[in-house]
Amino acid sequence: MSLTDLTLAEARDKLAAKEIRSAELTEAYIGAIEATRSLNAYILPTPDKAREMAKASDAKLETGKGGPLEGVPLGIKDLFCTEGVRTTACSKILGEFIPPYESTVTRNLWDAGAVCLGKLNLDEFAMGSSNETSAFGPVMNPWGSDNQRLTPGGSSGGSSAAVAAHLCVAATGTDTGGSIRQPAALTGTVGLKPTYGRCSRWGIVAFASSLDQAGPITRTVRDAAIMLTHMASVDDKDSTSVDVPVEDYEAALERGVKGKKIGIPKEYSVDPMPEALAAFWKQGEEWLRDAGAEIVHVSLPHTKYALAAYYIVAPAEASSNLARYDGVRYGARVPGDDIIDMYEATRAAGFGDEVKRRIMIGTYVLSAGYYDAYYLRAQKVRTLIKRDFENVFAQGVDALLTPTTPGPAFELGGKQDPVEMYLNDIFTVPVNMAGLPGISVPAGLANGLPLGLQLIGKPFDEAGLMSIARTLEEAAGSFAPPAR
Amino acid sequence: MSVDTQTVRRVAHLARLKMDEAEIERLKGDMNQILGFVEQLAEVNVDGVEPMTSVVDAVLKQRDDVITDGGYPDRVLANAPEAADGFFLVPRVVE
Repeated sequence: MSLTDLTLAEARDKLAAKEIRSAELTEAYIGAIEATRSLNAYILPTPDKAREMAKASDAKLETGKGGPLEGVPLGIKDLFCTEGVRTTACSKILGEFIPPYESTVTRNLWDAGAVCLGKLNLDEFAMGSSNETSAFGPVMNPWGSDNQRLTPGGSSGGSSAAVAAHLCVAATGTDTGGSIRQPAALTGTVGLKPTYGRCSRWGIVAFASSLDQAGPITRTVRDAAIMLTHMASVDDKDSTSVDVPVEDYEAALERGVKGKKIGIPKEYSVDPMPEALAAFWKQGEEWLRDAGAEIVHVSLPHTKYALAAYYIVAPAEASSNLARYDGVRYGARVPGDDIIDMYEATRAAGFGDEVKRRIMIGTYVLSAGYYDAYYLRAQKVRTLIKRDFENVFAQGVDALLTPTTPGPAFELGGKQDPVEMYLNDIFTVPVNMAGLPGISVPAGLANGLPLGLQLIGKPFDEAGLMSIARTLEEAAGSFAPPAR
Repeated sequence: MSVDTQTVRRVAHLARLKMDEAEIERLKGDMNQILGFVEQLAEVNVDGVEPMTSVVDAVLKQRDDVITDGGYPDRVLANAPEAADGFFLVPRVVE
């Protein structure tokens, strides 16, 4: 067994017991990252920084003063600003931007003792479901091969691929419409999107501010619980971070599901429903019932409108957020005849096609004469979507069980049509629209490729949600990609 | 609703995106496809429904209106494409 096969919980315990040293664990990861450059998971490995942090961790561990994640090497999605380390959001428009500050989430992780292995690939500004919109090129899913080049999902495709291929112990991700859960499902990893407001958004490059939320991608549910405990915080720098105490989510893991009520929403089926997907969904239901949960069938009638409302709300917020990229304060600048021409030339050269598409849609739906018909109506539909969930939770349902994605990892270049690509997030988007926590857990393999099941919880009930996820994981087992 | 070439050109200017005619035409197709997809929202009855303004039940925090940060212009300007004397430099805007 290689050092890189240790889960976060195992690595943490061995480090604390001084059975292994962070320097050797970190070196093993640096070697693994070098050996798998063809996956394109890391766009900026930081081996020197990693070695330095590992050395400092070992010194602390030596004197028994280590933090809760002391010496654990992590990968960071390149949407999190890291002080002194280039941060690009995988867009050309940020150029060689080097943040003079650290995002709150990564600050929390470093304060807990974690080691930074580098920055991970993503879809440009987190807009995509396949990692193909990245200015640094796509990421290879370690479940694919040279003959079958598969997407690791998106937007956190670098994170999911790196966790699946054991190129970090765990990774950070962000989720606006499914960007943590969908890539986790497509790579056989665990992906957790916390309740909106659980993690601070400060220092995370903004996409759609009312939907964006940070969370972990990990190999196990336990590791996700540990990561969340050290990512979440109440933060004065983010007025939407909510004043609810952060729990020890790991301590809550083994509570089991006895007496819990799990809802199966009938609207989460697609036509045609792939057979394997329907089978795993049914299987998940049985696993939870066997473990003592009560299964109830519920209805969330506005589910079918969530994706359409999302593709108004998210681009509208994106078009506002991305107005800041004007070639004046940071990033690349393309000269022009006057200042407007400079803005237009800079933005034309700096943004990729998908980002432009969303800025255009967002600008249009917010423009005079169309605001009420599109944006205001979408926000009303969003209220109805949230109300559906509230009604179900009011009936005593503790969590909902659904598939995470409509299918397994697809081939790179396989979905050229924008709306077809958007449909990949059909089961994950409603969760963001309602601000709820959601987690994707590997359910099993179909034709050799992983599929995930999603659990949706009540606001700020991550502890309850993760104990149910742990039960699912125990029944389903864990899945590692074939050796390359 | 669908958009015409003229509207796409106007929106591109509002969004400060320089586009040639070929790109305008391509965006027109993409936008009409997406707008066609979101059209289904018209069938939802939203009478008397409040538009969402906050997804979680939390009161937006307030704080005293005092300076809590700053005083490091060099760090603020460190990533500027052009800067001088503690300012960002842009092309001339006043003749």
